[in-house]
Amino acid sequence: MTTPAPLAITHLTVAYGDKTVLWDITWQAAPGLTAIVGPNGAGKSTLLRAALGLIPSIAGEARFFGRGLAEVRNRVGYLPQRASVDWDFPATALDVVCMSRYPRMRWWGRVPKAERDAALGALEQVGLADLADRQIGRLSGGQQQRVFLARALAQDADLYLMDEPFAAVDAATEQAIIAVLRRVVASGRSVIAVHHDLSTVPSYFDQVLLLNGRAVAAGSIKSAFTPDAIARAYGGRLNVLEQAVAEGGLR
Amino acid sequence: MTALDFLRLDLPALLAAILACGTCGLLGSFLVLRRDSLLGDALSHAVLPGIIAGFALTGARAGLPMLLGALAAALLAVVAISLVRRVARLESGAATGAVFTSFFALGLMLMEATGARSVDLDLDCVLFGQLESVVWLEAQGFGSLLDPTALAALPRQLFLLAAVATVLAGLVALLWRPLHLLCFDPDYAAAIGLPARGLELALNLMVAAAAVAAFEAVGSILVVAMLVCPAAAIRLLTDSYRAQVLGGAALGAALGALGYALAGPLPAAFGQAFSLNAAGVIGTLGGLAVAGAMLLRQLRIAPPKPAVISG
Amino acid sequence: MLGYNTLVVLAGCALLGLACGTVGAFALLRGRALMADAVGHAALPGVVLAAMLVASLGGNPRALPPLLAGAVIAGVLGVLSVQALTRGGRIREDAAIAIVLSSFYALGVALLSHVQTIPQAAQAGLGKFILGQAAAMRAEDALWAGGIAAFSVLLCLILFQRLRAACFDPDHARVMGLSVARTDLALLGLIVIVAVAGLQAVGLVLVVALLILPAATARLLTHRLPVLLLVSASLGALAGALGAAASAFESEWPTGAAVVLAGAIFFTLALLLAPERGLLPEALRRIHRRIAATESHFLRAAWEAQEAAGAGPGTAGDRWTPIAALAAARGWSEAYAARLALWLGLRGLVARAEGEIHLTPRGAAAARRAVRAHRAVELHLLGLGATDIAGADRLADLVEHGLPAEMATRLLAEPSALPQSPHALGPGAFSSQADTLGDSENATRQNFIVRPLRGREADGH
Repeated sequence: MTTPAPLAITHLTVAYGDKTVLWDITWQAAPGLTAIVGPNGAGKSTLLRAALGLIPSIAGEARFFGRGLAEVRNRVGYLPQRASVDWDFPATALDVVCMSRYPRMRWWGRVPKAERDAALGALEQVGLADLADRQIGRLSGGQQQRVFLARALAQDADLYLMDEPFAAVDAATEQAIIAVLRRVVASGRSVIAVHHDLSTVPSYFDQVLLLNGRAVAAGSIKSAFTPDAIARAYGGRLNVLEQAVAEGGLR
Repeated sequence: MTALDFLRLDLPALLAAILACGTCGLLGSFLVLRRDSLLGDALSHAVLPGIIAGFALTGARAGLPMLLGALAAALLAVVAISLVRRVARLESGAATGAVFTSFFALGLMLMEATGARSVDLDLDCVLFGQLESVVWLEAQGFGSLLDPTALAALPRQLFLLAAVATVLAGLVALLWRPLHLLCFDPDYAAAIGLPARGLELALNLMVAAAAVAAFEAVGSILVVAMLVCPAAAIRLLTDSYRAQVLGGAALGAALGALGYALAGPLPAAFGQAFSLNAAGVIGTLGGLAVAGAMLLRQLRIAPPKPAVISG
Repeated sequence: MLGYNTLVVLAGCALLGLACGTVGAFALLRGRALMADAVGHAALPGVVLAAMLVASLGGNPRALPPLLAGAVIAGVLGVLSVQALTRGGRIREDAAIAIVLSSFYALGVALLSHVQTIPQAAQAGLGKFILGQAAAMRAEDALWAGGIAAFSVLLCLILFQRLRAACFDPDHARVMGLSVARTDLALLGLIVIVAVAGLQAVGLVLVVALLILPAATARLLTHRLPVLLLVSASLGALAGALGAAASAFESEWPTGAAVVLAGAIFFTLALLLAPERGLLPEALRRIHRRIAATESHFLRAAWEAQEAAGAGPGTAGDRWTPIAALAAARGWSEAYAARLALWLGLRGLVARAEGEIHLTPRGAAAARRAVRAHRAVELHLLGLGATDIAGADRLADLVEHGLPAEMATRLLAEPSALPQSPHALGPGAFSSQADTLGDSENATRQNFIVRPLRGREADGH
């Protein structure tokens, strides 16, 4: 084995109360752009959150670049599911992006110029530099999602874990986001994203992990994203249309 | 009213009101931003058994044991609330309500049982505050303001209030950015390696400390008014974090001063023999401040609509 | 001997607790319980203003009805204020409740300090409304409070179906054509009524607890709404009566605190002891599960040791197994395995001699059940497409104890058969050690890591 994988999960088992959500996941992510795909309740977000230690796991561990998370915290970026923040919160787009760099600044006083510039750079990457001073509630949904993407990018990490980066955005924003992700990967970094839309998996991603409580299949799109594996992951819950899309996407 | 009266009776109380309300106003913003205002309600009530226990154990109405007892009780209440939420599967408001009323009731009973009440920590202090009893009888004139022995005889509540206010202001400045992120997105704070749980605990203890320090001055229920009202009023008026936090503190302090003045000294200065409970007036002004901020917000030009251009 | 007055006051407080318990159950389920806190505190200025008004008109400021009317008006104003504050969206309900309860209360405090300077009104003894003083209640007051409480219970019963629909599934209720908004309004009205009725006995500071605590206790004990209502109402009544009794005997005690403490004790007991959700039963269950799992692991290991030796318990080749071998197969320390053997010996499941064990007939039956359950799960998982035998074995170890044995066995095609283990048995095989401790773990883990999943991924490059 040459360089250690960006993310290697061994025997990860997670339960909420009595309900086991992830069963004995062993998986190694290859560098590049990876999708985590599976039906609702398959434990996709849970996998990311447990890997980051945000929820406790019963067994198993996650190693980043061959090390524990605490050692390489700065090399791992995170984009949480766009959900529960208070959009009325007193923070501008720039404030939000700066937040990702808080661990490496001192906790008080003005934001240092270098950090501010890095945050502005990240906003520039997602095309929102001119809205930097706008309060986040006054941005459109797609712009809000891009601010959060910029926040993750500003972490300047080598691996980004993204929880549904395309949730509830319009087609144009989705294209903009995937373009940004491609640039990130082209610069030698890795992205692992929870993804919902089976039809776009082959065109957007290099690798895939099919998840349904267990790891059903993993690997390159060609080898792992097979109709058979998809059917197993979705356990019959995949309707005919989706199935056709999934198969069509492969050809 | 003579200058000496002002120095002996009004100045210490005025200072106490400003310090207590300013400190609460400072921390209130974090409660309101975290949508956890009821925690202020909970902590200001839940500290009572701790205060009584601290008092009963040392037998003296000294600042430190009471403060420590109160912090311990606050910690216990926070733990109890999360336990009740998990085990009884109650929403956080109901869990909070169940816990703090139990703590407060326990405190009231302890007050009877330990005889704390008979001395000078009485029900009236808990319910209405004792701002009027903060007096500086040693003052001989404005010269006393420079006289160390006279200054040492300032009421001890003032020292406690000043110490707590200084420490808390320092902590807020020190934790300025982590607190911002903690209020906005605690999950993300944890994900990028900030000690989110520790910060949350620290914030709770800070609120508890503010509540205890202000408790004697304005009473336990009006602590809630000072924690929530100034912060909520400012919340309606600004979109800046700095303005929110500092504005909350400033508005709190201003309401404290104005309320105290309106309750007695000001009418007296105009020859009206008319005096009200100062803490009550301060709390009422807090409610009016929120109502005023609401009106102001509606009168202001409608904020620009969210931009719909995307891509 | 209890006098007439005391009896009436006790009955009134019990009825009050009953009403609070009933309304509180709905309020809690609908997420409105804290509204009672806002209402209770907001009532203070209403009471004080009413007393001032009555006194200035020359009436008797101690008469309850005008005071309660003032409390109702102020309470309703408080509810309306909460709703007005939250309308903009900027101020959340929690903040709105805190603002209303504290600033209304503050106004009440300021007015109260003024009233104390007015001789006629000061007689009203308004202070008792803050923490409650059942000892100061007259029979007439208790009748009023009891009457209001009875009325609200009656209203709850009449509206039962609607309240249940609104609490249980508001969207469904809306689809069914029931007006949830109107039901909510009725619920708020009920909260105002019971909170106000409780003022004199419990006091405005703590009246909210009488709505929350009995209902929360009942929720810990049952899932069924009618039972929940019954439990909540009776606990409320009991707490009310106990508090009033305490106050009657020890007139200095604030009744509110006594009532709430009684409620808090019930709640704490339920929190600790509730059969299904309580902390203690949960801990016991966890311990029991762990013991049962360990026992079945031991028995299975004993069974499989026999199988590996080519014999079965009760067959010709049946023989004693060294405890050390079992310990090695499961990765336990020998001392631990010996303690387990001792325990199982006491339970009559194994016979022991000289560091060796032998399954008794009962033990053999239990062991067979455990082996069947384990293999059933294991084979089921493999059938589902788990390609990793060791993983399936370990997962079966985790899962089987969560399933009743019959359920696990039902996964097998033929109910009574004992299938072959899908993997080799005995200490040399990589199976069964999945949950091992200590040294053997690393060795096993390496076995797992080279699993088909990664192999497949490697193919992709």
